[in-house]
Amino acid sequence: MSCPIKSKAELAKLSPEKAEELDAYLTSLPLTEDRERNRGFLIQSLHKAQEIFTYLPSVVQIHVANRLGLHLAEVYGVISFYSYFTDKPVGRYKINICTGTACFVKGADKLVEEFQRYLGIKLGETGTDGKFSLTGLRCVGACSMAPVVMVNDRVYGNVTTKMVPEIISDCK
Amino acid sequence: MIDSPAKLKSYTENLSKNSKPATTILVSLGTCGIAAGTRPINDLLKSEAASRKADIEIVEVGCMGLCHSEPSIEVVNNATGKSIIYGKVKVEQVPAIIETASKGIEAASCTVINRSWFYPEENETATSEKIQARIVLKNTGKINPEILDHYIANKGYQALSKVLFDMTPQQVLDTVIDSGLRGRGGGGFPTGKKWAFAAAQKADQKYVLCNADEGDPGAFMDRAVLEGDPHSVLEAMAITGYAIGSDTGVIYIRAEYPLAVKRLEIAIDQAKKQGLLGKNILGSKFSFDIMIKYGAGAFVCGEETALIHSVEGKRGEPTVKPPFPAIEGLWKKPTVVNNVETFANVCAIIRNGAAWFKKIGTAGSPGTKVFALAGKVKKVGLVEVPMGTTLRQIIFNVGGGIMNDRKFKAVQTGGPSGGCIKFDQLDTEIDYESLKRLGSMMGSGGMIVMDEDDCMVNVAKFFLEFTLDESCGKCTPCRIGNKRLYEMLHKICDGRGTRETIQNLKDLSNSIKDTALCGLGQTSPNPVLSTLAQFEHEYLAHIDEKRCEAGVCKKLLKYEINNSCVGCTLCARNCPANCIAGSVKQKHSIDQSRCIKCGVCMDVCKFHAVDRK
Ligand SMILES: Cc1cc2nc3c(=O)[nH]c(=O)nc-3n(C[C@H](O)[C@H](O)[C@H](O)COP(=O)(O)O)c2cc1C
Ligand code: SF4
Ligand code: SF4
Ligand code: SF4
Ligand code: FES
Ligand code: FES
Repeated sequence: MSCPIKSKAELAKLSPEKAEELDAYLTSLPLTEDRERNRGFLIQSLHKAQEIFTYLPSVVQIHVANRLGLHLAEVYGVISFYSYFTDKPVGRYKINICTGTACFVKGADKLVEEFQRYLGIKLGETGTDGKFSLTGLRCVGACSMAPVVMVNDRVYGNVTTKMVPEIISDCK
Repeated sequence: MIDSPAKLKSYTENLSKNSKPATTILVSLGTCGIAAGTRPINDLLKSEAASRKADIEIVEVGCMGLCHSEPSIEVVNNATGKSIIYGKVKVEQVPAIIETASKGIEAASCTVINRSWFYPEENETATSEKIQARIVLKNTGKINPEILDHYIANKGYQALSKVLFDMTPQQVLDTVIDSGLRGRGGGGFPTGKKWAFAAAQKADQKYVLCNADEGDPGAFMDRAVLEGDPHSVLEAMAITGYAIGSDTGVIYIRAEYPLAVKRLEIAIDQAKKQGLLGKNILGSKFSFDIMIKYGAGAFVCGEETALIHSVEGKRGEPTVKPPFPAIEGLWKKPTVVNNVETFANVCAIIRNGAAWFKKIGTAGSPGTKVFALAGKVKKVGLVEVPMGTTLRQIIFNVGGGIMNDRKFKAVQTGGPSGGCIKFDQLDTEIDYESLKRLGSMMGSGGMIVMDEDDCMVNVAKFFLEFTLDESCGKCTPCRIGNKRLYEMLHKICDGRGTRETIQNLKDLSNSIKDTALCGLGQTSPNPVLSTLAQFEHEYLAHIDEKRCEAGVCKKLLKYEINNSCVGCTLCARNCPANCIAGSVKQKHSIDQSRCIKCGVCMDVCKFHAVDRK
């Protein structure tokens, strides 16, 4: 299926508004016949798509590939390479524990253990109710407040294991 | 439109003529400032100033570098030029600060911070309290990064004007070569020389690429520059373009820095509107445009060939050099790749000349270096010091020493490619070569301080785990070799290591260094080799005595309750494994088979009745 009209229709089954939003973004790019040049817009398109759909299911991948004139395999190759992209659904609350060096020396591993225990999921997993995902990330650049936990866009600094229930209860 | 150097001059003069309010209050609104709570303080400062009709302007600035004291603000008396910096500001203190602001006195019961830096460009010199020198961070914390006029009022775009109208590209190259500026992204390659390679290429298109990937976990210098002074990087990229004959710049920035991205977008837009970027800059024949490309969470993309592939929309896998990017880079065209901080030095060099720059720093490494000082140090923050400053000065003078007055153990520089430096080496004057001699490297500027509670074997294991996660998998020494190294370290931490394991670690490390394809793999064994060289006794304690001195490696730990126990039951109630038995007022005991060694019992006991062995 390399026809962008068909793949957009497939995408619209997921959500017509979201399909339209992504398609509008792709239309705004200065795309050409030159595949190599178009490829230069792939990563930002995937960022946009993930921002809209929260993850990158195969219908999204196919549509992006079609619009940029790339093979699905090329698109998938990029998604699998970069840790920021995910093709699995994520929880409504993405709990990101920083495991960068500054946070590591300030005890980030204890936080990982406590969040895993408290939520009953492992790092890299999403709970069955789809509310929480637990992931590690390497430095958000707020090392001065290490250890740092990010929940969606909110940054918590100087986090202790005692703050875990509080952080979870902030997620309403 | 500012379409001539004369217009820039008159525009700048007009800005300085504009009458200033009596007082300016600078509020630090970088990522960490915001996270520490500067937003509500900023809002309240504004509403308080307005409701009192005070002659005060509130300016939102980037990072002041005083991370340890965020939220921080600076009150500047514009008549006298005197300023007071407040740290750890609380919302309740805002009225008192506004009240005293116009009087030029300190508000009672607020934390006042002494400025520990000087500005070389303002002809200031070092004193015993002011050992930091701000060239790169000259504007961060001083100007609103979202207002172009602030930048222009602080010598902004004068360097670009100077090169376009008073210098030939060759003169620009000569100045930068003569200044001795070296790449701040880690390698320390002479910047002018790199530009000259690209300039010498004949090609229909060349590129200027800014590396804002800042992959070293625990480093945040580039973020601070981009969030606090984005125009300084844009201006320098245009100067580079002029010097090498390129009309296109690309900034590759990591996705984890949304605020920096936003401020860059605003800055590019503003500069274009004023004719300071885009077609015929300042009315000259030179055109230069800049676009932003985004990373997506891959450390290896900081390596320049991988970065180029990523900009092209491919998997960020490195390729063998040569060809170097200056010869064959982005879309196979000559490309200069420089780090954010490298660019942030360029305008000051053009404005003040190479001789001025060389007066700062050491002969082999002129200028300053920005470090992100973090870890177990009292005053975590951004530190910009002349090259040749000692580690001791940075950690103990600027950083205020070790948190909770614990004992210093090591400082790690160079991130996952670097190494650890011991106490007796702290008087080393830092530059590219001296750090290499210590088995570490300058790296991009991450500086992580560790104390006696950090286990060096575990630290090496941490970095290896990072490398494993981030290896692109293209070559075997890195993909498989690092995995084996990691397993050996794991074995030692679990108490299963032997003396032979140490020899194997060394042998394998050296062969990975020699055979890996890119810088990531070639440097990945450095943390292992460096901790082995400096802290072999810790490895041996794990192996021979099955003991982890720092009390970190869980398999080697044992918690026991001693006779000081009064039977308060606190530990039993807090133990997550429910493995502490004992009745009220009786000595408690731990079921070792079920203990998960979390250390909670030791933390909660008020009677020092839990020992860790
Ligand atoms: C694994 C690896 C990661 C790197 N990460 C960065 C980085 O995050 N930022 C950076 O400026 N340079 C990084 N570099 C260095 C770049 O390859 C390149 O040398 C540098 O951007 C050149 O700029 P400079 O001469 O101004 O330092 C990295 C190198 C390697 C091998
Ligand atoms: S050394 Fe590691 S990161 Fe570099 S090319 Fe080889 S596998 Fe990839
Ligand atoms: S907390 Fe301390 S004193 Fe209380 S029961 Fe436990 S070991 Fe004994
Ligand atoms: S270390 Fe943790 S698991 Fe073990 S006894 Fe103490 S509180 Fe319980
Ligand atoms: S290491 Fe965690 S924010 Fe930098
Ligand atoms: S205050 Fe922003 S870097 Fe710390």
